[in-house]
Amino acid sequence: MQALLGDCVASWYPGASGVTGAVRLSGGASQETWSFDIVHPDGNVGAILRRAPQGYGAAPSRAAGLNAEASLMQLAHEAGLPSPRVMHLLQPQDRLGTGFIMERVDGETIPRKILRDEQFSQARPLLARQLGKVLAGIHGLPLAQLPVLRRMTAAKEITELERDYRSFEWPRPVFELALRWLQERDPGPPAEVTLVHGDFRHGNLIIGPDGVRAVLDWELAHLGDPMEDLGWICVNSWRFGEIDKPVGGFGSREELFAGYQAAGRRVDADRVMFWEVMGTLRWGVMCCGMMQRFRTGPEHSIERAMIGRRSSETEIDLLRLLSPRQP
Amino acid sequence: MQDEPSPEELIKAVADFLRNDIAPQIGGHHAFKLRVSINALDLVARQLKLEQGSDAAEAARLSQILGTQGSLGELNKVLADRIAKGELDLQTPGLARHLWQTTMEKLAVDQPNYASYKRELAK
Repeated sequence: MQALLGDCVASWYPGASGVTGAVRLSGGASQETWSFDIVHPDGNVGAILRRAPQGYGAAPSRAAGLNAEASLMQLAHEAGLPSPRVMHLLQPQDRLGTGFIMERVDGETIPRKILRDEQFSQARPLLARQLGKVLAGIHGLPLAQLPVLRRMTAAKEITELERDYRSFEWPRPVFELALRWLQERDPGPPAEVTLVHGDFRHGNLIIGPDGVRAVLDWELAHLGDPMEDLGWICVNSWRFGEIDKPVGGFGSREELFAGYQAAGRRVDADRVMFWEVMGTLRWGVMCCGMMQRFRTGPEHSIERAMIGRRSSETEIDLLRLLSPRQP
Repeated sequence: MQDEPSPEELIKAVADFLRNDIAPQIGGHHAFKLRVSINALDLVARQLKLEQGSDAAEAARLSQILGTQGSLGELNKVLADRIAKGELDLQTPGLARHLWQTTMEKLAVDQPNYASYKRELAK
């Protein structure tokens, strides 16, 4: 791997003599993330490779595809948003599959560290507002410059969630209640269709002591209701215990909305709440999907099995949203 | 009748051994997988202890709300179908209370440290 990366980098990075310290970070069989350093006389440069290895070209139906991810990251970078610069799109002669190489951004993505470690204590109170500003920037990217993306609506999302849930053949009365609730309150098409990141939450945000440094993982990017991203970041599953701070455990919805509005965009709080319920159900359905993959897949992963047992967390969160109890 | 110790006691003993004697010696990705494995054993121990009582109470509530008898799986399927059709909703007497009770009993097994659960437990 290191040798292939070295040849690849030498072909487009002037003065680069190879790469060092290549390690695989994460990912499943169809997508890999590697970290490495480009060796250069002026000092090593940190880089990240995101790729689908050869023979794994076909993306799952919801994924935007690695080429689209690369162009979205580059567009965001050029618009001054916290996004890594894309250095290279993989070519057939690189023999590395499809994907891209980007600069590595230092910082933390592990939620419990970001929410508890002293080094982030100055950043935490600022982050809800900052995330609002970043989302406004993403939603403001000009549609004409975007790669081809799927168009999603609330109705389509409800249909897909219901189809996935029914395929599990395991009755969940709370999910049924949430599906009805969503069907009855579908707000219809938004006033403005924009780019939606689709997975804007802990794990996909690199945070430094100064705040948000990078937005990662545009795999689920699509065109749709911008309020979807604001609702998703408020889902209780991403608060990691800080349940009174809806925005990723950092702060209030009001702070998120203020940051968004200060950047010149409008908030529809009812739509955000609708998408928060949708997002809570969506994560619950995804947990059930992990259980299915544990049972039917070859890996027999104990992590996936245990994520299956987290779907009940989304059931209590749905009840807290739809049928709150008095203290 | 099977002999003692009970499955619950055996699983607790294995979980404690892994937690106290093995976990401190393991590093890296295996340490993470071991922690998840210990969590799984703890979950099984909680389920063995709590499941019988909560299942019986859940089936009794479901029979009352639905006006029919059946296994717990069958009753839950009927409830799910009737909510999907709009025949039952949060206005149905006893339904919200039943869903809350059932969900709390699931969390007591799955994730007793989940913050939403602890908050609701204090209510």
